[in-house]
Amino acid sequence: MSSNDPWLHTPPRESAIFDKHTIAEIHRAAATGIYDIRGFGAKRKLPHFDDLLFVGASISRYPLEGYREKCGTDVTLGTRYAKKPITLKIPVTIAGMSFGSLSAPAKEALGRGASAVGTSTTTGDGGMTPEEREHSSLLVYQVLPSRYGMEPDQLRKADAIEVVVGQGAKPGGGGMLLGQKISDRVAAMRTLPKGIDQRSACRHPDWTGPDDLAIKIEELREITEWEKPVYVKVGAARPYYDTALAVKAGADVVVLDGMQGGTAATQEVFIEHCGIPTLAAIRPAVKALEELGMHRKVQLIVSGGIRSGADVAKALALGADAVSIGTAALIALGDNHPHWQEEYRKLRTTAGCYDDWHEGRDPAGITTQDPELTRRLDPLLAGKRLANFLSVLTLECQTIARANGKSHVHNLEPEDLVALTVEASAMAGVPLAGTDWIPGQGSSR
Amino acid sequence: MAHQPLAAGPAGEPIRNTTLDLAHMSVREVNRLLHAASQGDFLIKNPRGLHAIVAGLDGELNVSIDGHVGYYCAGMNKRASININGNAGTGVAENIMSGLVHVKGDVSQSAGATGCGGLLIIDGNASARCGISMRGLDIVVKGSVGHMSAFMAQAGNLVVLGDAGDALGDSIYEARLYLRGKVKSLGSDCVMKDMREEHKASLRNLLDAAGIGGAVDVSEFRRYGSARSLYNFHISNLGSY
Repeated sequence: MSSNDPWLHTPPRESAIFDKHTIAEIHRAAATGIYDIRGFGAKRKLPHFDDLLFVGASISRYPLEGYREKCGTDVTLGTRYAKKPITLKIPVTIAGMSFGSLSAPAKEALGRGASAVGTSTTTGDGGMTPEEREHSSLLVYQVLPSRYGMEPDQLRKADAIEVVVGQGAKPGGGGMLLGQKISDRVAAMRTLPKGIDQRSACRHPDWTGPDDLAIKIEELREITEWEKPVYVKVGAARPYYDTALAVKAGADVVVLDGMQGGTAATQEVFIEHCGIPTLAAIRPAVKALEELGMHRKVQLIVSGGIRSGADVAKALALGADAVSIGTAALIALGDNHPHWQEEYRKLRTTAGCYDDWHEGRDPAGITTQDPELTRRLDPLLAGKRLANFLSVLTLECQTIARANGKSHVHNLEPEDLVALTVEASAMAGVPLAGTDWIPGQGSSR
Repeated sequence: MAHQPLAAGPAGEPIRNTTLDLAHMSVREVNRLLHAASQGDFLIKNPRGLHAIVAGLDGELNVSIDGHVGYYCAGMNKRASININGNAGTGVAENIMSGLVHVKGDVSQSAGATGCGGLLIIDGNASARCGISMRGLDIVVKGSVGHMSAFMAQAGNLVVLGDAGDALGDSIYEARLYLRGKVKSLGSDCVMKDMREEHKASLRNLLDAAGIGGAVDVSEFRRYGSARSLYNFHISNLGSY
């Protein structure tokens, strides 16, 4: 028998534990002595909205005509305390992303796209740029731990305020904008020298704990005449308690960001191993709101891995009032498009996998401050693409809502859903498909 | 005592000596009146530790507060001159943009946090995190400051006539720290620096602005600032983080 006889050899077997990616990461860590930093959100397979299905209408439920009958999509935020709540025409908003991590044309495009379909966009670390204010009909102003660029005049120019406690990609973590992305303008906005790494603190400088937060929110309301809705954004860590504490602190809106939420730059180990999946976070947050009698009074915005109108509909059915998108919005602008494949290859990656957003070399001109690269992004064209994408999300969500007999997307409910896996069933609190069984029913904390 | 109503004087004419009594008015009412005023002199009575008093002022206002104030008094102040004849709670003059805030007593933590400009004078002591993430504000503390003061301080000056607690200037950027007393410990990347003539002149100006220029000898101070060794993340600095 020859040595090539297939009867004598089994094919090479890849370890499920030490797979190719893991081995390559060990080699990289051994060669450099430093952990991997990247952008994007969690890439590992997690229980998610794909593990849920809508059952649709049948004899026991009456559907609405898919192309004719009205299905409302508007959402009003800030009805609890704000003198001037804001109304979005669609239940999808744009998450906070900073000028600095994103280019000026990207921020402008986000504003243009969101405004075209009647929804809001959000500032980020570094404050508000004139471009994003000009091109955003509704702009949410973030109050972050770093307070980079924080100014009372900008606070007053905003339509709503978002106190950022954490984000899903790194609950409990701060941030770092590496020196290569610190242009003259970014440096000036943040009162720091050009070219140095800018650390964003993980804790607020002037409050600790929910009692302090309540007073901080009171101050922000005083400065803005109690006009603007105040959101509190938390990464999905302990959503039942965090939501309850945000409500106790006086939030008008709670923004809950699951671990699939994106980031401009964070350690890979943080992105993939901290926080809980979006799917697991919604029901505990809704439970807290319901127990406090605040569901629909304090609005809940959910983010982290929203990609389609089905995801939007599922988040709303589980009790959210709206969703927020970040990574998907950047992809709609043109991030990771095959058009730039040749340049992605030069960066030792490929279209669809590019996540080194922190390095400032984005071929698509989105996550960069390089003047030549930023010129590649046409804010009008990119804004139009985002508007189209937001319209599709809304139409898809309406399609599902009508099929489940709902005249408003907020009428979607957990009863419309079933789960494909035991894990998703337990996390979402909806029955495993074909059964009436919900594992762990009785406690969703 | 009922408050005196805010007289609407002719356009541009300062309003003089208006008393606002927090025993009979809410913080909201007081702040609303002051936000609407572009200039004038005001006395606030009975602050009783209430929070967010005179937060968000923006005008040529002279405000005196008789008593102790709670959190975030004079937060985000622009242009106004505010005297607090008592102690102040957490975050006094946080994110101040310009103007003057003078506290005659002691202050709690995070005084002047993230302040961008103006002058904060504290006659007594300041608790932890005084001047945290300050971005251009000048602070003069006649007493001592607590731990983690000037943490991640980006720009501006912190002058302390007394002592400083642990981890002074931890992860400091370009702010300058002048300390007359002892420091319990310095934070990461904070080092003592030469006190050159330009720094002595700058310190004299700060002390003059605080009204104690003639009473304090600048040669008694030491200057601290950033070693700038942690400005760019590098593996060799891991032990410093």
